[in-house]
Amino acid sequence: MLQMNTLTITTTINRRNYTLCINPNQTLLDILREELGLSGTKRGCEIGECGACTVLMNGRAVNACLVLAPQIEGQEILTVEGLAVGEQLHSLQEAFLEHEAVHCGFCTPGMLLSAKELLDENPNPPETDIRFAISGNLCRCTGYVQIVEAIQAASANKPERKP
Amino acid sequence: MPPHKSHNKPVKQAVPHESASKHVTGEAVYVDDILVNRQLLVGRVVYSPHAHARIKSFDLSAARCVPGVHAVLSYKDIPGHNQMGPVVKDEVCLAENEVVCVGQAMFLIAAETEDQAREAERLIRIEYEHLPTILTIDEAIAQNSFLGPSRTMQRGNPDQELQKAQHRIKGELRTGAQEHWYLESQVCLCILGEGREMNVFSSTQHPSETQALIAEVLGIPKNEVVVEIRRMGGAFGGKETQANHTACWTALLCNATRRPVKIRLFRDDDMKMTGKRHRFLSRYEVGFDDEGNLLAATFELNSDGGCAADLSFAILERAMLHADNAYYIPNVSVLARVCKTNLPSNTAFRGFGGPQGMALIEHVIDRVARFLHQDPLEIRHKNFYGIDSRNVTHYGETVEHNRLHIIYEQLVASSEYDERRKAIAAFNNSSEFLKKGMALTPVKFGISFTTTFLNQAGALVNIYKDGTILVNHGGTEMGQGLHTKMQQVAAAEFGVNLDKVKVNATNTSKVPNTSATAASAGADLNGMAVKNAVDTLKSRIAESLAQYWSEQNPDTSTAQHSVHFENDSIVDIEHPARRISFADAMPLMNLRQVSLSATGFYKTPDIGWDKTKGWGKPFHYYAFGMACTEVLVDTLTGHHTILRTDILHDVGDSLNPQIDLGQVEGGYIQGNGWVTTEEIKWDDKGNLLTHSPDTYKIPSVQDIPKDFRVHLLQNVPNPDTIRRSKAVAEPPFMLALSTWLAIKDAVSAVANHAFEPSFSLPATNEVIVLATEDLKKRMRENPPGEAPTQ
Repeated sequence: MLQMNTLTITTTINRRNYTLCINPNQTLLDILREELGLSGTKRGCEIGECGACTVLMNGRAVNACLVLAPQIEGQEILTVEGLAVGEQLHSLQEAFLEHEAVHCGFCTPGMLLSAKELLDENPNPPETDIRFAISGNLCRCTGYVQIVEAIQAASANKPERKP
Repeated sequence: MPPHKSHNKPVKQAVPHESASKHVTGEAVYVDDILVNRQLLVGRVVYSPHAHARIKSFDLSAARCVPGVHAVLSYKDIPGHNQMGPVVKDEVCLAENEVVCVGQAMFLIAAETEDQAREAERLIRIEYEHLPTILTIDEAIAQNSFLGPSRTMQRGNPDQELQKAQHRIKGELRTGAQEHWYLESQVCLCILGEGREMNVFSSTQHPSETQALIAEVLGIPKNEVVVEIRRMGGAFGGKETQANHTACWTALLCNATRRPVKIRLFRDDDMKMTGKRHRFLSRYEVGFDDEGNLLAATFELNSDGGCAADLSFAILERAMLHADNAYYIPNVSVLARVCKTNLPSNTAFRGFGGPQGMALIEHVIDRVARFLHQDPLEIRHKNFYGIDSRNVTHYGETVEHNRLHIIYEQLVASSEYDERRKAIAAFNNSSEFLKKGMALTPVKFGISFTTTFLNQAGALVNIYKDGTILVNHGGTEMGQGLHTKMQQVAAAEFGVNLDKVKVNATNTSKVPNTSATAASAGADLNGMAVKNAVDTLKSRIAESLAQYWSEQNPDTSTAQHSVHFENDSIVDIEHPARRISFADAMPLMNLRQVSLSATGFYKTPDIGWDKTKGWGKPFHYYAFGMACTEVLVDTLTGHHTILRTDILHDVGDSLNPQIDLGQVEGGYIQGNGWVTTEEIKWDDKGNLLTHSPDTYKIPSVQDIPKDFRVHLLQNVPNPDTIRRSKAVAEPPFMLALSTWLAIKDAVSAVANHAFEPSFSLPATNEVIVLATEDLKKRMRENPPGEAPTQ
């Protein structure tokens, strides 16, 4: 890569501030996996169809393969590695374990983050909303049932759940 | 939580996937996640753009001069054999003088960056002479282009009995290819050890074969190659043989550059280069009586093998062995052959020919029912294999422990089949363009590799002095939960808590000469091998402890057979005070010079199969299941919705009900992709048109049934298997034939079931609309009441 093409950006990833020297052609997925070693975010199709690289950017689910590195300047990124706080798993992580929603696991990080975006907006969504929220995340193993059940369970566990 | 989960929980322990906690935190390491130092080079495969051509010349000199490029290899640079056919040696590693499909590997490039590798690829000069192509089954048959000889199986005298039957119908069915679409594409990382040592991290279902082929292309002994796989991001058969290719290419580049190399195929390249499920053109003639009893059938199966044999013969054999599905047909012949075409070599995919065979007979039954104006379910039930009679298959195996009738009775009741059938008829009478359809179809699937010697497995179990246990076995984890089940088996046999048992990454230096993790047999075979190793260790420990306690208590000795393993302890059940915790016992065993490491082995008993006669007992047992699917079809657009699915599936005594339910649900949905939206298309030059997820549609969550009720059949222990369980992976795939036939039923309602719809598989929107319009045309030409059913 030619050095003169590089840009310096500041960004926040998993609640940590970074100043990064990047090539503008790199994607957020490249930055996460190759530069920062955050390999929990997966490469599936690299054209924004499969959802395996889903992360949250300012709370909105995005395909990291479609976000160019300069676009993360000043943004807050959350990846699967930042979902747990310390040793405390997020309720979605607990629910995915409890409901056997992980088979090969390759879609799991993206599923978790799409689900988090949904639950952050609506802590107690109906099943149709859950299906809509993860309709951009492909899974080839589970048939989706256990994943939908896990998200339902995580939403039911929310303290603000209506009686 | 939906009600079905609560029914199934108590059967056996429902424990989470052994790596699940790492998956939800992003810590689970796949091959592409392994940390490598900055020496790592990117590997790239240059593949053929032509379906059939002679390579007149090529020039790599400019490509080799690109800065950052460390190697550009052709077949001439292969130190060992240029060959990687798994069964038949008909598949070169890199093309020599000819390319036989688009996507065939020709050259390999290793560079410091992807951009440099692509630049080098652009500078390779190749001259081709185009050769004639064969791109369809029809062309292959017309030109007599086959891989290997045809196969036949026969019982009775079908030709003669067909002539005598009251009714005869004949026809053909086309079933489509299917792309595996594992989320993790093919990937391999190779790192040199000292001397000739090659350490390989390959996303492979068959590490032993990957090891063997790498040794052969490098021209080194197998004991210099170690293949390891912690986990795959899905495989489904697509990494049974075709992971070997990526692994061999990576090893060649690593060997040539003496640096670590990784090849990860881009999605589009993976889809273009690797084989698919075999498409089939099947022909049939069936004879039956007024009641719908099948009397005789002749089947002709033509599969598209692509350009090389790969596993096509075994896949064809399994299709032949499942052309009966759940039905007794007294007189049957099956003729089958593999067509050779200029497409990538087709390969294993969940079901392994079973789906293609079953689709044919289910299509035939459906057509017989429409001919007789009966509910297809009546015809199915009438022809099920019997319990004590009519229970021998067309290849001579007796259908033992037949669960068809019990599943049928339970599912017809729980799915409210009869009431819903009436409601659907009423709906269709009042709705012109939206039509409902329903089908209840069975699965009987034979469990064992039909290549009998492959039914073997090994294990290596170590106990350490802190009482923790490390299980190595020959099976690979691809998301099916095999390692979890092996962890459960070892913990249950040792009587210890699950957290004492860790399952290691699959590694050819720990357990050698294994079979592929395939044929749904992973847990059956490896579970028994793990148990065998555990039994050896328990026997050694019990003998030593019995001696120890007897030395301590000279008056009341401990007998070895009284030493039991339970509750994280080892106890003399005749003298319960003699109890030691499992963890405390292990330092004692070390002091007493007991080996705490043992291998285990298993080979499936009671099977034997004469391939040439087509007769014998190829399967250890059968797995059974049934699904009832109801769909709503918009006959103007061809769009369908699955309204409700009820499944009852037999897994024996489940080792892990949550895993098994997930396998049943996932298999059915993957099967639904094959029978509905997953359409593979090539152009007339042999280019794959559906080479990306924007043109190739696997099911999304929006495609699953609105109401999905899945149960495991209860109280059906399977004799003579690990903890009385049954294999699960493949059989549920074929439950999806109920969706295909439900759609056909809905389309058929357009003409009030008076005509047989023109149908193929998958039932895409296009197939549905064309079949609908065809029915309308036939109705106009032959008003109902005057027309025959054909």
